[in-house]
Amino acid sequence: MSAGASRNGGRAGRAAEASGLLAGGLRLSRQQRGGIAAAVLLLLAVLFPLVFTSPVTTQIGVDTMLFVAATVAWNLFSGFTGYISLGHAVFFGTGAYMVGIAAQDWHIAGDREFALLPLAGLAAGLLAVPFGLIALRVRRHTFVVVTIAVFFICQLTASNLGITGGSVGIPAPFLAWTPETYNNPFYYLALALAAGVALLSWLIRGSRFGLQLRAIRDDEDRARGLGVRTMRVKLAAFVISGVVTGMVGALWFLFIGQVLPQYGFDPLFDLSVALMAFFGGFGTLWGPVLGALLLEPGEQYLTLRVSNSYASELVWGTLFLLVILFLSRGVVPVAGEKAAAWRARRERRGAGQPAPGGAAPAPAAPPGPARQPSAPTGRTAR
Amino acid sequence: MSALLRTEGVCKAFGGVQALDGCSVEVEQGSIAGLIGPNGSGKTTLFNMITGYGRVDSGDVFLGDRKITNLPPDKVFGYGIGRTFQLTRVFSRLTVMENMIVGAHHSERSQARGLRRLRNALARAGGPATRRRAMELLEFTGIAGHAGALAETLSYGQRKLLELSYVLMADPEIVLLDEPAGGVNPTLIGTIADRIRELNAGGTTFLIVEHNMDFVMGLCDRVTVLDYGNAVVAGPPEVIRTDHRVLDAYLGTAEDGDDR
Repeated sequence: MSAGASRNGGRAGRAAEASGLLAGGLRLSRQQRGGIAAAVLLLLAVLFPLVFTSPVTTQIGVDTMLFVAATVAWNLFSGFTGYISLGHAVFFGTGAYMVGIAAQDWHIAGDREFALLPLAGLAAGLLAVPFGLIALRVRRHTFVVVTIAVFFICQLTASNLGITGGSVGIPAPFLAWTPETYNNPFYYLALALAAGVALLSWLIRGSRFGLQLRAIRDDEDRARGLGVRTMRVKLAAFVISGVVTGMVGALWFLFIGQVLPQYGFDPLFDLSVALMAFFGGFGTLWGPVLGALLLEPGEQYLTLRVSNSYASELVWGTLFLLVILFLSRGVVPVAGEKAAAWRARRERRGAGQPAPGGAAPAPAAPPGPARQPSAPTGRTAR
Repeated sequence: MSALLRTEGVCKAFGGVQALDGCSVEVEQGSIAGLIGPNGSGKTTLFNMITGYGRVDSGDVFLGDRKITNLPPDKVFGYGIGRTFQLTRVFSRLTVMENMIVGAHHSERSQARGLRRLRNALARAGGPATRRRAMELLEFTGIAGHAGALAETLSYGQRKLLELSYVLMADPEIVLLDEPAGGVNPTLIGTIADRIRELNAGGTTFLIVEHNMDFVMGLCDRVTVLDYGNAVVAGPPEVIRTDHRVLDAYLGTAEDGDDR
């Protein structure tokens, strides 16, 4: 009961946490504050490569934007429906290989290769249909296992098929760009993809489709008994998520310049995307964005500083464990809750009613008053 | 009066247990029908077979003249059969209002065709008409004050009311209630009975599984008794109350409260 109440408080406070400093004393609606925060974040992201021009830094920027897009796309399916996929690298790899093969076969070179990005999305989306039809028949742990199995089948196929170049992989068309500016087009494309999927995610969450997804997360059978055609709805989200992930994979491939089976179909990708979403806030709008923004640069930094790659993987794995154990609801909901509790305490102090017994009982009490402003509207909780 | 809902010789076995053994039940249009029987007599299984939560081994289910045997739950709901569950099932991390809007999907969807359907899917959940209707129903069941709260913050009795409310969002022809009074305080039981009567007066048919005999006998026009997966007797409450087969079925096995 108290967990539920406080979670609600977290939702109400989440947007406030993100933009509270900006809004200051102004009384803005949650949605307005969220919009302002998004605009500021987008502006900062656009300015980033203009301020930090070093290729080492902008390369981290590209990787980060790719992961923001991938994590938001993953969350759009897994976070909203509760079906945890550890097989999204399938779409990532499919997108990468699709562009590689198409560029090779159609002799596409230079910057025309970017025109192939939608094709990568299409290929990943088409693959998502049979993948989803098989995997979405089962739930929970079984679903996770099926996605992992499909992932390994795809990885094995890629390393053994002739068309994928076997273990040698496929090289990307050569781009005759100078090293100083090479990263920037990739950065802005990845940013556009990330912003686009974040917008889509926001639209879906408030929509009828999104509500059905969240109903499935809470009780799929009950949703079905209320006329929700659950398989279609789940599959649609899976395909949308796959399309975006495929395009992320393709962009990554063009950026790196080559795809090998173990990197196109990389189990670490699955793990990273899930970790970032969980770290930020599983199923929320801001969580996956912030999760990727915080963790991917951290990981890159670690890889740069620690020459031993095993050490960085070890740290990565430990972090995953800690997040799942102690922060499974994510930074965003927890921080939002803390902010709501703090505000409630301050308001009470302002009203001349000190919290009885000091700080100790505070965590249980504050979410009530804190969520009052959002309660009467009955609008979609986000 | 004709039968709105009818099962004909429905059989269902779970492993070696014959949960339903040629069960035939009729519910007349516009009535409030009761379904009673000792624990394990197959009441909930019959509900599941009617509403698509499981497949019958043999036999048929009809809604009016339409055969709905083994249709999936979403279709059954679309044809106008709503149901609640013995252990309430609400969408705990959605608000009460959002729960109601989920119940309205079917009716909202059926108004759109083709491309408009896609636009319909991406429209904001719950148009003004839907929200108005939802508030009416929530006021009717007395939980309108909680519309903005997460469903998981509701009490058990309130969840039962929410379940009834969102099922009503689609204006079902018949509502199947699985123990609406189980685990609910006496005052609320009275409220639930009143609401059922009002809805029935408005034309909704009910089939109710319930162990609370006062509730069933006071509310239902006709009561069917299940025993060992079979309908042993059906009739008006005053007849059922004194029927020796009913006493046989319940003797030594009857329990007050609910079976879980």
